[in-house]
Amino acid sequence: MQAIRTEGLGKRYRIGELHSSIDTLRDHLMHGLRTLRTGRTKHETIWALRDVSFEVAEGEVLGIIGRNGAGKTTLLRLLSRITEPTAGYADIRGRVGSLLEVGTGFHAELTGRENIFLNGAILGMRRSEIVRKFDEIVEFAGVEKFLDTPVKRYSSGMTVRLAFSVAAHLEPEILLVDEVLAVGDAEFQKRCLGKMESFGRSGRTVLFVSHSMPTIARLCPRLILLDGGRLVEDGPAEQVIGHYLHGDHGTSARREWRDRTTAPGDDWARLRSARVVDATGATSDVVDVSEPVGIEIGFDLLRRETVFPWIDLVDERGSLVFSAMDTNPVWTEPRDPGHYVITAWIPEHLLNESTLHVTVSVKSPLLGRKPWRHAEVESALTFQVVEREGPTARGAFAGRIGGPVRPLLRWTSEAAGAETDAPLVARRRSD
Amino acid sequence: MSSVAAPTRVRRIQPRRRRVSLDLRELWAYRELLFFLIWRDVKVKYKQTALGAAWAILVPLLATIVFTLLFHRGLHLKSEYHVPYPLFVFTAMLPWTYFTACLSASSTSIVGNQNLITKVFFPRLIIPLGSVVAPVIDFLCAFTVLIGMFLWYGRAPHWHAVVIPVFLGMALLAAFGVGLWLSALNVRYRDVPYVLPFLIQIWFFVTPILWGITAVKPHTQWLLALNPMTGVIDGFRWAVLGRGLPHYRVYLESLGIGLAITLSGLWYFKRVERYFADLI
Repeated sequence: MQAIRTEGLGKRYRIGELHSSIDTLRDHLMHGLRTLRTGRTKHETIWALRDVSFEVAEGEVLGIIGRNGAGKTTLLRLLSRITEPTAGYADIRGRVGSLLEVGTGFHAELTGRENIFLNGAILGMRRSEIVRKFDEIVEFAGVEKFLDTPVKRYSSGMTVRLAFSVAAHLEPEILLVDEVLAVGDAEFQKRCLGKMESFGRSGRTVLFVSHSMPTIARLCPRLILLDGGRLVEDGPAEQVIGHYLHGDHGTSARREWRDRTTAPGDDWARLRSARVVDATGATSDVVDVSEPVGIEIGFDLLRRETVFPWIDLVDERGSLVFSAMDTNPVWTEPRDPGHYVITAWIPEHLLNESTLHVTVSVKSPLLGRKPWRHAEVESALTFQVVEREGPTARGAFAGRIGGPVRPLLRWTSEAAGAETDAPLVARRRSD
Repeated sequence: MSSVAAPTRVRRIQPRRRRVSLDLRELWAYRELLFFLIWRDVKVKYKQTALGAAWAILVPLLATIVFTLLFHRGLHLKSEYHVPYPLFVFTAMLPWTYFTACLSASSTSIVGNQNLITKVFFPRLIIPLGSVVAPVIDFLCAFTVLIGMFLWYGRAPHWHAVVIPVFLGMALLAAFGVGLWLSALNVRYRDVPYVLPFLIQIWFFVTPILWGITAVKPHTQWLLALNPMTGVIDGFRWAVLGRGLPHYRVYLESLGIGLAITLSGLWYFKRVERYFADLI
């Protein structure tokens, strides 16, 4: 039996609404006047969540991952009825408890005891339920001595412990948890994690949002991955985490066009495959800054013609990092029809840490009337440049390095006596 | 609460259609939260202030003294039915103080509880509802002063006093109605806190507090009764002081207006409440 079933669930915000929009009457009147004059009202909208469909069985523990702004919290807010969807629906079977924040409704003036009751009621517990669990809550939080002290005199650690303790004793049939384990000291976090695990084992349905992959992998056998408000993957935890970490959202490091008649291209040339490869020639969607990366293009040449392969690298923001064509002299002459596999090698220490999209194409010199662009697939490949360890152009700097490229330059100095001939990194090594 | 075998109800979450439903059943299910929020407001209020509950008594009392000196001695405003002027004004100040306390509390209630609204679900109506229930406690505190004044003037309460709760109920209804509008409007237009003091000031003078309804010709009383507080205060006076004849028409008309404000307030509130979490 399903505890949760969503179908095409979506939430649209007007831009500005998402952030604070304390509009005053004056803004509204001005807007009204403008609307009168122009005859139409125009709002920019953004889908914080779009067309999300999934099912959660009773007793299942489901994790939700995704980057900031991917729609994770919006999804929990919709399911806990804090806000209403714009499209689609969700069917919920059972009492829902949501834990989007630790200590919602805590009041600094009230004592620990009073806050347990208030917070419990806010989270949806009945009075009788709180009374029954009161001792357990106090013990878990470890605040026995301070029960009648106003919470404003608590240390922040104590407040958080008390707040989590109340929440942890919530017993709804469905529990929605948003990133609340990232509180308190390591010892308390471990206890929280244990509590969350027991939630899952007790046969309750849990939806859990987290940025901590080890935590989520431990708690949730199944994950869904949100990206830009859409559900892009739903599957076993390891698989989804793998794809998430590799930035592999829908596109891939390997493309193939098996049917030669529908493969992208024209009567001269058709693309058949494209891959991102590492130094060993293996397909790889993650490459290190300090390793070369190859873009392999396979294409069929159908007529004898002068063609050459071409790549464009575009970054996450859509700006061109560079374009390059194969300048090998063999491509200056017409070549025989056949299958060609070419690899463009991008040297190590050139690309910066980023997600890159590769457009692959086969072109001809711009002569006469014939088409000069035979085959082209935009963003055919996507790969991620990461920095693991070892000597890079980062040097001893720990912050973010901007720009599309990060070349490892050779620096020289004219100061007498300084041994600066060696690259920076090598010098650092020798320190 | 449900037995083990009972199938759990499936709730469908989807975009709301035009129809506005009050969902009283859900409101009832959250009655404990309503209680706790009122309890919190009362507790915090008296914990933070130096004089605590004394304010509930002092405000209407001091106002009565000032008004007596200013309007009775100075401007020769008269009470009705030869009731001492301070008693006459204080009887009106009781429901009026309650009413204005409700308006102030409810106008900022939704925005003030944004941490709750954006983090947990509960029927949003609880918030403005709590704002008109909590001041009842202040009202009861101040009511003891009225008893003291009765003793001072050597009067005995009239049997009409049994209907006092009816007029308190009318005041609550009117305050709830206006509070619904203010609290919901304040989410979208933060002008409300600036407009409210002005609104209360004007409202004070068109309500028979410093003067009696008999100061106006009977055939124009219906105009005054368009103000829901006219019926409340005139009725409250009649019940407490036990003088004159009840103005049933005025009461009914004010009650009707109060009901209309509340119903329209409920309609507006329910229509916009789904945006609260997005707008705050």
